[in-house]
Amino acid sequence: MMPKETSANSFLEEVMAIPGGERLKSCIQCGTCGGSCPSGEAMDYTPRELFAMILAGMREEVLKSNTFWFCVSCYYCTIRCPQEIPITDIMYRLKRLAIQAGYYTASITGFSETFVGQVETYGRSFELGLATGHYLRHHPLQSIRMSPLMLGMVTRGRMSFTPQRIRGIRQLRAILRRAKELGGAW
Amino acid sequence: MKQYAYYPGCSLERNAAAYDESFRAVAQVLGIELVEIDDWNCCGATEYFSLDLLPAYALVARNLALVPPKLNQVVAPCSACYYNMYKTDKNMAHYPELAQAINEALAAGHLHYEAGRVRSRHALEVVVEDFTPEEIAAHVQKPLRGLRLAAYYGCVTVRPASHDDHEYPARMERLLQTLGATVVDYTLRANCCGGHMTQLDADTAYRMIYYLLSNAARLDVDALVVACPMCQLNLDAYQGQVNAHFNSDFRIPILYFTQMMGLAFGIAPERLGFGQEMVSAERVLEKWRNPPPEAETVERKPRRGKVGLPMPEPLVGVGSR
Repeated sequence: MMPKETSANSFLEEVMAIPGGERLKSCIQCGTCGGSCPSGEAMDYTPRELFAMILAGMREEVLKSNTFWFCVSCYYCTIRCPQEIPITDIMYRLKRLAIQAGYYTASITGFSETFVGQVETYGRSFELGLATGHYLRHHPLQSIRMSPLMLGMVTRGRMSFTPQRIRGIRQLRAILRRAKELGGAW
Repeated sequence: MKQYAYYPGCSLERNAAAYDESFRAVAQVLGIELVEIDDWNCCGATEYFSLDLLPAYALVARNLALVPPKLNQVVAPCSACYYNMYKTDKNMAHYPELAQAINEALAAGHLHYEAGRVRSRHALEVVVEDFTPEEIAAHVQKPLRGLRLAAYYGCVTVRPASHDDHEYPARMERLLQTLGATVVDYTLRANCCGGHMTQLDADTAYRMIYYLLSNAARLDVDALVVACPMCQLNLDAYQGQVNAHFNSDFRIPILYFTQMMGLAFGIAPERLGFGQEMVSAERVLEKWRNPPPEAETVERKPRRGKVGLPMPEPLVGVGSR
């Protein structure tokens, strides 16, 4: 085997380390994924291109791309893929690898991180309150245009900023702590 | 009385309270007993899976472990909650290594979940699979006559796990027809609303929402009927933002299928969470209160006579079949 392929394989192995992930090797580059993607036009590489890059071992280019951040988790590609590659799950995997590698900006991952922080603090989340907070922090100028939305949601009783804390929050935290200790390989 | 464990999920606590209220009201009429999972936690939506896989699964597995032993089905009205539970259970069953790791994490909280014990189901699935159209029709007291509706499923209600068609589902259309509504063929019914895209890139998100709304507007519907709190939020709460962004003037009420069922069952709109929507549904309620007179069954004149177009005389003796 050529040295280039060895390094390519190590990145590929890393990406494939999820349930069903090994099917990525069977990609036939048909492009059904990109053609099915509702947010594809905002991506710098289509999923098909990205998979070719993964198979070629282009770790940095792949993890620095915006493709998986624009994945909206709609599963069109997953159900249409003739090779039955769990594409949506691979996009999640790439997000995690990009975060580990430090290739991201807070305006992209900030929402997920704030969300998860809220879950770990309270055990529940309140997406809309969270979304508003996220908006204020990362897009303060655009928030002015958002004010009718927020006001409307508040007057209709649909807005709150902090969720209720569950009784078993200590139990939940213990579970999550243990999962994080165990979870390196995924 | 059919008994199910109930997982409302975070959205239904506040922003989608209308979905929770209307589902509970409709369940009562249908004879569904909902046993809420005690002290359930957030399912992680799509966010936790983006950050850390094993904790994401463990988070969902805690809820599955908390389903009372006597129940083997959990119903979730939110598509993301439903699919996260479905996926966790399925992957635990297929990948013993994953199941073992998840259970090791659960053990830190003195819990255990045996893959396959609890079947995760979406509220729409329960309504259309566990009840026949006749059973549902039997409860209809105030049919949705004269209401022109489009059914919008979004993504994970139909993909990848539903028993309905993954690209062109029809079960919500059939349900709305059973309720007496006029249902249009909304081709974008299973397209994506953008999920949390409003938080990442508003231009992309608004374009996706605009696409859905403009198609519905062209079909001249009274309302778009949904089965997911995320879809409702994006199409309803952001409709004003989208109008401002594209200089459009959409005013399409976005309502839950359970709200429509409740109306048809004759339940008061106040008990179904009406009034919480950003785009007013008053016009829908007005039509529901004052339905058009029942169309007289007119003997339709056949479009053409029994005689068809003039055709050549049949050939005789050639290849007689």
